Amino acid sequence: MLRADTIFALSSGVGKAAIAVVRLSGPAVPRVLEEMLGSVPRPRRAALRSIRDRNGLVLDEGLVLYFPAPRSETGEHLCEFQVHGGRAVVAALLADLQKRDGLRLAEPGEFARRALFNGKMDLIEAEALGDLLDSETELQRRQALGIGTVGLRKRAEEWREQLIAVSAHLVADLDFSDEGDVPESLMRRVAQQLGDVHSSISQALRTAHAGERIRDGVSVVLAGAPNVGKSSLMNALAGRDVAIVTDIPGTTRDRIEVVFDWEGVPIRLTDTAGIRDSSDMVESLGIERSLGAVAEADIVITLQSAGADAIKVTTKAQIIQVWTKADLQAPPDESLGVSVVTGIGLSQLKSDVARCALDLVGMEPAVVTHRRQMNALNRCLGSLRDAQLSVSAPEICAEHIRFACGAIDALIGRIGVEDMLDAVFSRFCIGK
Amino acid sequence: MPCFPGSVSASEFHVKPIGFFDVIVVGAGHAGLEAALVADRMGASTALLTFSRANVGMMSCNPAIGGLGKGQIVREVDALDGAMGRLADQASIQFRLLNANKGPAVRGIRAQQDRSVYRAAALGAVDASGVQLISCEVVGLQHEANRYMIQTTVGSYECSAVVLTTGTFLNGLIHIGSKQIPAGRVDEQRSSCLAQALRGLDLPLGRLKTGTPPRVDGRTVDWSRLELQQADSEPVYFSNFTDSTSLPQIACGIARTNSDTHGLIRSNLHRSAMYSGSIVGRGPRYCPSIEDKISRFGDRDGHQIFLEPEGLDSPLIYPNGLSTSLPEDVQLAVVRSLAGLENARIVQPGYAIEYDYVDPRALSASLEVKVSPGLFLAGQINGTTGYEEAAGQGLAAGINAALLAARRPAVMFGRESSYIGVMIDDLITHGVSEPYRMFTSRAEFRLAMRNDNAEARLHQFGSDVGCLSASRSRQQSEHLDRVSNARKLLQERGLFPQAALAHGLKLNQDGRFRTAWQLLGQNGIDWPNIVAVWPEFESISSSVVGELQADALYAVFEDRQRVERELLRADESISFNDFDFGCVGGLSKELQEKLQLVRPRNLAHATRIEGMTPAALAALAGAVRKAR
Repeated sequence: MLRADTIFALSSGVGKAAIAVVRLSGPAVPRVLEEMLGSVPRPRRAALRSIRDRNGLVLDEGLVLYFPAPRSETGEHLCEFQVHGGRAVVAALLADLQKRDGLRLAEPGEFARRALFNGKMDLIEAEALGDLLDSETELQRRQALGIGTVGLRKRAEEWREQLIAVSAHLVADLDFSDEGDVPESLMRRVAQQLGDVHSSISQALRTAHAGERIRDGVSVVLAGAPNVGKSSLMNALAGRDVAIVTDIPGTTRDRIEVVFDWEGVPIRLTDTAGIRDSSDMVESLGIERSLGAVAEADIVITLQSAGADAIKVTTKAQIIQVWTKADLQAPPDESLGVSVVTGIGLSQLKSDVARCALDLVGMEPAVVTHRRQMNALNRCLGSLRDAQLSVSAPEICAEHIRFACGAIDALIGRIGVEDMLDAVFSRFCIGK
Repeated sequence: MPCFPGSVSASEFHVKPIGFFDVIVVGAGHAGLEAALVADRMGASTALLTFSRANVGMMSCNPAIGGLGKGQIVREVDALDGAMGRLADQASIQFRLLNANKGPAVRGIRAQQDRSVYRAAALGAVDASGVQLISCEVVGLQHEANRYMIQTTVGSYECSAVVLTTGTFLNGLIHIGSKQIPAGRVDEQRSSCLAQALRGLDLPLGRLKTGTPPRVDGRTVDWSRLELQQADSEPVYFSNFTDSTSLPQIACGIARTNSDTHGLIRSNLHRSAMYSGSIVGRGPRYCPSIEDKISRFGDRDGHQIFLEPEGLDSPLIYPNGLSTSLPEDVQLAVVRSLAGLENARIVQPGYAIEYDYVDPRALSASLEVKVSPGLFLAGQINGTTGYEEAAGQGLAAGINAALLAARRPAVMFGRESSYIGVMIDDLITHGVSEPYRMFTSRAEFRLAMRNDNAEARLHQFGSDVGCLSASRSRQQSEHLDRVSNARKLLQERGLFPQAALAHGLKLNQDGRFRTAWQLLGQNGIDWPNIVAVWPEFESISSSVVGELQADALYAVFEDRQRVERELLRADESISFNDFDFGCVGGLSKELQEKLQLVRPRNLAHATRIEGMTPAALAALAGAVRKAR
């Protein structure tokens, strides 16, 4: 197997831009810098240099940053070339790097993977980074950043610290009870601290649903009788034809999904089959799915028009009533009138939906955003409950806490006996 | 191979050996004793080299065996037919079961010892065995092909395997205040030859510190003014072969430090070797000196000092809790500041001792030096503290030395089945940063590793290895049969909640049938309740009942622990053998270095290396699979 080779990639977006950033990571970085700049710049300082190709010709003049291992984002030697963003410059630089010994183009996500392997990033951060790269809306981006920096990771570390502190009490009680100076009231404190961690984790889990909504988009469903104009509205909102529109009722047979970014909020809009009694088997299946989509939705937009009555929906979702074909006849009630022909009401609808969605996800940033994280925390909660029930049997209580810690570890890292002992010896005067 | 200059001339190395042994054990402390005795039990011709017969089984610090976590090790040593449990039972002058009011998994047997009785019993055990005890001083050690040559003051011996259990002899330095005394043998220059031979192996060394309190003349203590701590009225013994106490049981006294004591220590702190900066070795946090206690936890109104008699016929008292390296005049003032000790006399001052230890990461799981096959290290030289820890390692090293001499493959103690396994795995994986002592909290499988089931855990291991005497083996299998028969009975009998009422047992009236086994594991139901329902259980012996009760109590954790064990085994099955850790791409330099040093046996072992990340493990697992 190869020892870590050196990888490079264009880190800024593809296409024309003022500045392009090309990054290199791996053991060959100092040598490449020496070759291309004549000398290795001072670590962690921006240096304005002429960047030369293998024939010594100047490729561009740019800022170069050098981060020696292990104090770099990947944990390896890392450098960044900030060059002029013209396509020709970037292409020439990449082509030159490609031809150098021991260098190759990075595979997708390889910088992050190296950071992960080198302990520069934990699982949660990697997940957040994945979310960040996938994020399409402002809200998604903020959520991903929140997790990577202060969100779940920080909270999980706090819980871990608290559980270590509780364990320390138990260790003192179990392993040093004969050696004096261990207070009697220990178990009351244990019970109380367990309760604190439990409620803190429960709190975080309550935001989990909001987190998932932000990550996957708030689900909004268009529902109404056949031919009320659902698919037309969908196409108008999408600005392109995503649904087939005909005058024939029952054209839409299956759910059609489009993801939007409305005012920074990710919206997953679903067009459904019109809801009516139908003897057509395919259409009936479609209608069944419509009802399912309505039941699961976060927001349902119910459509009615002059020729089509409102339908009854069973859902816990927020409902926004819309009157379509408003160019033909104004809404008779407080429904929002829209028309795909004149375009009236469309931007109002978008902002109504966005506001409603924002209310749903809440202003509080979500802490838990992945199913994996949720499962680990639920496992932890179960063990904490068991631990609370067994404080009178400290060795059993300790066993439950060990499992609870194991669940947190699955989230961030590992618990060591050494951590626990450190906590013990800083709190108690132990030993004869 | 390794040679050793010094005072011995080269010609002396090649003198004809005056004896050949399969196994030679150097040092007759608690590690050496178990190593030599087990090698002998396994049929290896064995020599035990010690400076003096008087040193066999000597307790250099506190006169007690066992404790929390430590007691479990003694039970394991006993289950493998080792000596410590029986010796400690014979020499005990105060049995106490620690944590008696807590669950069976965390109880610890502790027995105050009569030092001289223990030593005599230890010597007796050696004399009764096939071990040849040789009083001499080792001056050199040489490795050639498949054998070792050991030079001593009485001649040279040849052997297949060596177990070194030389305690704190490497560079030992005693501190009393500003006084420093090299802690060596009479003929310092010669004994340092062995140290040099070890250095020749280029093993990584570290420096540790430990301390001991002054010894007080018990006849100068006013016992009437001290609180007394009595022995248990129903003692629990270490050995299954023991059924009564051999010696009269005594009480220990409890004294307390006071504000005068604290003032004295504070104003003389600068004269303590530990605080004047003359000690570099790291001391144990769990066994702090009195200086440490006062400067770190001085706000306490007083610290307990246990006055432990060193024997029935000895006037010496071991003031447990008063370890110190203050100068002698301050020690006396400190002792006399305690109520009841105003007129006490110090017989021997307390001191701190610094010594070199071998970084145990240089050892394999059989305690064999990785770079020097056939050379085993056990006890304090590996950075541990405590007689029990030493005995456990001595047993493991002795077993493997005997196996090696018989050309049989090495064995290792599992982390999931014994405290000895936990200890060795901790040592060879993490090394030590302070003298290593056992705690129950170090064991993941604590609930399954108890005093009561040491035989159940280790009988098969002992039989396979061949370290059990015939009588021990028979006794153990009879006991295990009784336990499993009784368990079967308990699982066969059962009742409904309604029927339980008639026997005065209040259960949830949920109509669910419960076996006697399930009832036994339920809170608030004791053995007498079970016997009240099923009188035929009355004949089950108390040692069997104890084990069954504990098993039933923790039965709910069995499934979870089985899953954990299976995961552990799955990871253990991904073995590294002579895998080149340098070829794993994308690992941090720090982790690379740790991997090279520890050379984990398998993936499970690698997960326990500090700083190991899940991603690094994935990389390792991937790389090893690719390498296959």
